[in-house]
Amino acid sequence: MRALHEKSLKTFFIDGIRWNLQGTPAFQIFRLVLLGCMGLGIYAYSFQARYGLSVTGMNDIVSWGFYISNFTFLVGVAAAAVMLILPAYVFHDPDFHRVVIIGEGVAVGALIMCLTFILVDLGGPLQAWHLIPGIGLFNFPSSILAWDVVVLNGYLLLNALVPAYILYCHYMGRKADERKYRPFVFLSIFWAFSIHMVTAFLYQGLPARPFWNNPLMGPRFLASAFAAGPALITLILAIIHSSTTYKIDRSVFSKLRIIIVISAIINLIMLFSEIFKEFYFTTHHSISAVYLFFGLDGYDALVPWIWTSVCANVLATLVLALNPGKNNPKVLLPACGLLFIAIWMEKGIGLIVPGLIPSPLGEVVDYLPTWVELCVTLGILALGITVVTWLVRVALIIEQNENPLG
Amino acid sequence: MSSDKKHPKESDIIKLLEGDSSRRSFIKNLSIAAAAGSAALTTGCIPSLAEASTEEMKLRWQEFFKKHYRLMTQEEKDAAVGRLERLAKLENNLDLQMGSEPPIDGVLYGYGFNITRCTGFMECVTACIKENNLDRKVHTQYIRIFEMEPGKLDPSTGDGQYYHEVPVDNKFYMGTQCFHCENAPCTKACPTKATWKEPDGIVVVDYDWCIGCRYCQAACPYYGRRFNWGKPEIPKDEINTKQHYLGNRIRPMGKMEKCTFCIQRTRKGRLPACVEACPTGARVFGNLLDPDSEIRYVLKHKKVFRMKEELETDPKFWYFID
Ligand code: SF4
Ligand code: SF4
Repeated sequence: MRALHEKSLKTFFIDGIRWNLQGTPAFQIFRLVLLGCMGLGIYAYSFQARYGLSVTGMNDIVSWGFYISNFTFLVGVAAAAVMLILPAYVFHDPDFHRVVIIGEGVAVGALIMCLTFILVDLGGPLQAWHLIPGIGLFNFPSSILAWDVVVLNGYLLLNALVPAYILYCHYMGRKADERKYRPFVFLSIFWAFSIHMVTAFLYQGLPARPFWNNPLMGPRFLASAFAAGPALITLILAIIHSSTTYKIDRSVFSKLRIIIVISAIINLIMLFSEIFKEFYFTTHHSISAVYLFFGLDGYDALVPWIWTSVCANVLATLVLALNPGKNNPKVLLPACGLLFIAIWMEKGIGLIVPGLIPSPLGEVVDYLPTWVELCVTLGILALGITVVTWLVRVALIIEQNENPLG
Repeated sequence: MSSDKKHPKESDIIKLLEGDSSRRSFIKNLSIAAAAGSAALTTGCIPSLAEASTEEMKLRWQEFFKKHYRLMTQEEKDAAVGRLERLAKLENNLDLQMGSEPPIDGVLYGYGFNITRCTGFMECVTACIKENNLDRKVHTQYIRIFEMEPGKLDPSTGDGQYYHEVPVDNKFYMGTQCFHCENAPCTKACPTKATWKEPDGIVVVDYDWCIGCRYCQAACPYYGRRFNWGKPEIPKDEINTKQHYLGNRIRPMGKMEKCTFCIQRTRKGRLPACVEACPTGARVFGNLLDPDSEIRYVLKHKKVFRMKEELETDPKFWYFID
């Protein structure tokens, strides 16, 4: 594109911005909608800045709500990029090599959303600098939350820098030096597992909360993440395939389907194992599960929620596993969407809220997010989608037009 | 529950939540969001520039960048206390006497609760609310009293919000609050070390260092922590002006707080407000290291037990029966 001009790091950034400001009218409208959602989020957050978290539905009993739920789920989406990185960089799968960059873009977007969700959930966001090692006081290694801060930021760096380096090399018209980035790729694979395990340990390590204090928590987080994340990536690839000139091979979709099916089945097996443990012989440690699945003392806000999620989960897994119509995208794409939503419902609200109900002294309350929480969340999702589209657009243009390797 | 749940339907919030903001207030809110930024969040309110004196702004600035309490020298602690007193004067015309008394050598506090004596009057709750400047708007309460059926010893089986005449026949009463665990899950969880156990056994929170993540609250097995979801409200004439930096000073919005065994009293050799207020003498407090203290007598001669002993948090709070 800029063949006649000098290329440098500066033009790399300028071109990136320029490409993103251009586009079809439909694309511009999409941008404006996202911008509007972010504005709404900022407007809603202004109430939180003034009146504190009292404008949310949270209280001393349900002290974590919609924000932390979404954070938890999105960590899984971020970690799932490893399901593309592993075959692409380690096993040199040519199919995945073409799409891995999109997976990494999704991971960056998801991580930015995660960090923003944590920030808006803080009662004192301006004191967040107390967490910066050196200036603040960091309770490391004792606090799992401190670990989470480290692994999330580290993963964000890895996932942003490796693809940026590769893209930059392609932009400059040379081949990326594999020796330089390979160690970081291996590191990021290890790191992807760690972000999800650490986030699971955040809950798993609390003796006060029997619903979370469960050794299956970490593995189940991984299984559900490796189902939901690739399901989302499948949908994004399908959108890219149909709306841009970047065509994606059918074999990518069928390989992704296999990854999703295996993870989703493992996830279901573990879900049933948990349900068996809680309900075969119900003790007072099962009381949160009773609240979640059947309601307690007349409080049952989550009962329809969790059953919808379980049914959708089973249905989507069956469709993906049985594969009716032999890889017919009209069947598989909705199934991916359904699976994604089912896991979002279960790994978000369905996991966080019942862990806090009943309180350690037995009080039961229902939690419902307020409009402030919903709008702030919408804004953060719009921010994440914006980040993903920006990154993916730059990546696709470079890969298509400037990649000397074709 | 009503005592734990917030009551968001307060005069000014109600309008916002129900969304009947006119176009003008929409624009006003937007500009506030954009402009007020840091000052708003650190202080918990939006200072209008005309009102805030430069002295106030300077003090707030210094407050914002002050160190963690445990890293301060005594001079720095004195300076911080001085700033807080001055700010209270400037903002609310309040004359505070705030202290930063250190733990007393050779003292480790312990607490005993006599289940046979407690009759559920809740004098302790009232005294605690007054002494510790607890938020009146949402009825924050450190102490909870549960009405229990005979044969049960776990408060989760009891009733934490009875509103009838006490005592009731064939019921007994169990009080809970922060138990000042020796092996405290809350301090382990805090990512910024904003909460910790002092050498005299009191688990405290540096309110200005807390970032309000509420991880400690999720970690506490005794429901011992309370969060300032909004700005605390206390009628001015009811404010207890004898305060301690780590104790009953009025907490900022968005910070964690909890029972501190009335650190502002006990470090001066007095009893916690709840112990003093209890009409039946069901509450016993003292120095575990002093062999002649009442709490040591109780531990030696009564049948004592601790709640959720299986978690090995080692609360310094014992229940006993006569
Ligand atoms: S009772 Fe809860 S708040 Fe108090 S020290 Fe123990 S864990 Fe911490
Ligand atoms: S809420 Fe405050 S005291 Fe509690 S863990 Fe977070 S920073 Fe620490």
